[in-house]
Amino acid sequence: MAHIQLNDLRKSYAGQEVIHGITMDISNGEFVVIVGPSGCGKSTLLRMVAGLEGISAGTISIGDRVVNDLEPRERDIAMVFQNYALYPHMSVRENMAYGLKIAKMPVAEIDARVAKAATMLELEPYLDRKPRALSGGQRQRVAMGRALVREPAAFLLDEPLSNLDAKLRVQMRLQIKELHQRTGQTTLYVTHDQVEAMTLADRLIVMNKGVADQIATPHEVYMTPASEFVAGFIGSPAMNIFTVRAEAGVAVLPGGQRLPLPGLPASGEVRLGLRPEDMELVEGDTPSIPVVLKSVEWLGADAFGYGVIEGSDVLMTLRLPGNTLAKRGDRLHVAAAQGRIHLFSPETGKRL
Amino acid sequence: MRRTVFPHKLLPWLLLAPQLAITLIFFYWPAAQAFRQSVLREDPFGLSSQFVGLANFRKVLNDPAYLNAAQVTVVFSVLVAFFAMTIALFLAVQVEKIVRGKGLYRTLMIWPYAVAPAIAGMLWLFMFNPSFGTLAWPLRQLGINWNPLLDGEQAMALVVAAATWKQISYNFLFFVAGLQAIPKSLLEAAAIDGATKRRAFWTIVFPLLTPTTFFLLVVNTVYALFDTFGIIHAVTSGGPGKSTETLVYKVYNDGFVNLIMGDSAAQSVILMVIVISLTAFQFRFIEKRVHYG
Repeated sequence: MAHIQLNDLRKSYAGQEVIHGITMDISNGEFVVIVGPSGCGKSTLLRMVAGLEGISAGTISIGDRVVNDLEPRERDIAMVFQNYALYPHMSVRENMAYGLKIAKMPVAEIDARVAKAATMLELEPYLDRKPRALSGGQRQRVAMGRALVREPAAFLLDEPLSNLDAKLRVQMRLQIKELHQRTGQTTLYVTHDQVEAMTLADRLIVMNKGVADQIATPHEVYMTPASEFVAGFIGSPAMNIFTVRAEAGVAVLPGGQRLPLPGLPASGEVRLGLRPEDMELVEGDTPSIPVVLKSVEWLGADAFGYGVIEGSDVLMTLRLPGNTLAKRGDRLHVAAAQGRIHLFSPETGKRL
Repeated sequence: MRRTVFPHKLLPWLLLAPQLAITLIFFYWPAAQAFRQSVLREDPFGLSSQFVGLANFRKVLNDPAYLNAAQVTVVFSVLVAFFAMTIALFLAVQVEKIVRGKGLYRTLMIWPYAVAPAIAGMLWLFMFNPSFGTLAWPLRQLGINWNPLLDGEQAMALVVAAATWKQISYNFLFFVAGLQAIPKSLLEAAAIDGATKRRAFWTIVFPLLTPTTFFLLVVNTVYALFDTFGIIHAVTSGGPGKSTETLVYKVYNDGFVNLIMGDSAAQSVILMVIVISLTAFQFRFIEKRVHYG
């Protein structure tokens, strides 16, 4: 177990910088999720920590050692790959014992550790099988087991659940959470799935084009997203974000309506973000946003209304109560709940 | 498995016909001829022949020259197959590490395969002939008494080198393909598990290459047994003495040079049995150790 420090970490390929300086302290036992869309550099970042990618600038330390120039095997880490990377010619037992054998651990100790991991992951019946005779979920557990038995300083997981079907993914997610609580391992977890990110993480790194837009707890990321990108990426359905013009404390909506909003700059344009679940239906005579519904998706407990702001073609998603009678063509008035308004700079995308 | 159903009964046969014709004319018919001739003995003028049962086989198997050829063949084949495969594997692994110009190296490596065996043999002869060989003189300067025309072991080394050189390309190609088929993530996983490059090679890469290696073992054995005729013919003609006369070369020598058709045919049949049983053995026993991914 160890803490990990990333200090102004950068990565360039052929002069092209893809990771633009990431600094973060991960404390001992913390579960940190790196989340972002594909191509944002999240896997590259993890692979740099693992030692599978070189570091162009900055430092990584694991424990109290700077590991920049150490080979992966010298870094005392274990990794779970997206495709599991199980050795196809070895049995489950051999797969798990491989790293321990290399470490020249006594056979009795190897057997004990493998047995313990197999019990924890419910893999005992499969120990003598080859990976090809296992299901996707079982393979995933073997990959976890192979990492667990090493008892490393840090645990790195690269999209470990993306090759599983939806139901299994939920199960494994819970299992990973439970494992982490039991072992207390420092963990770095890469995913593009915001549900995994929100449910697993102690802290999130939201990556956008090689920049860590926000490093914070899931609650903070959701409540006060640091940038328009983070706001749009975290939360489902996605936040409604559109441009309004500020005029003396009043926002002029795309449809020309005027809406008093707190915290607006004196003039100029701003990007206004409103989460569907943060808006409530109000009477037409209060300050509100008129929305003309294009369609309603009824999901049971609640419903989602998709429409446009009246007089414009700016799309709005609304969360409606499950007993709603709203239908296509209806005109609804919505207002944002107190304190649930997000304003972003149109130039930098940063929170205002 | 998808099955294609032809609407016509005749069409599949027509499509197969060219290949079947080639196999029938160039394999089954000569093989049948060899079987027939192996139990016949011709008179010196080739005007008549009589049935002699297994007498040709008995004669051949009791011939010390034949046993010598068998021994030469074993030494030659084992050396060629071993060196052609190990050197090719080494080069294939090395070429993976090249960052720039990988394609160029690969292309250059594959060229020798395009050279006909007899030409390859001449090439090595021109380099190592004791009287006019380009490299023979430097070898002698190094204090080596280089004379493959008199020294059987040197002659053997020369034909083994020529035959190996020619086969490396083929093996290289398959090993490169085999190496590329191994997922990079397995090696990364091994690196994280603490394996050094060397250890990862022997515990991960090599076992996963076994299907390729096994296939090449079969192909190389057959190559060393049969396809090297041209090289031996061009470089040493089986000499000096009979020190590089392999079984195939002896079949040719006895049949087409000495014109003892019965003996030659009997040898062909024995050779056929050897190759069939060797390949069967390889599939039966060695394939068990092969890991198909």
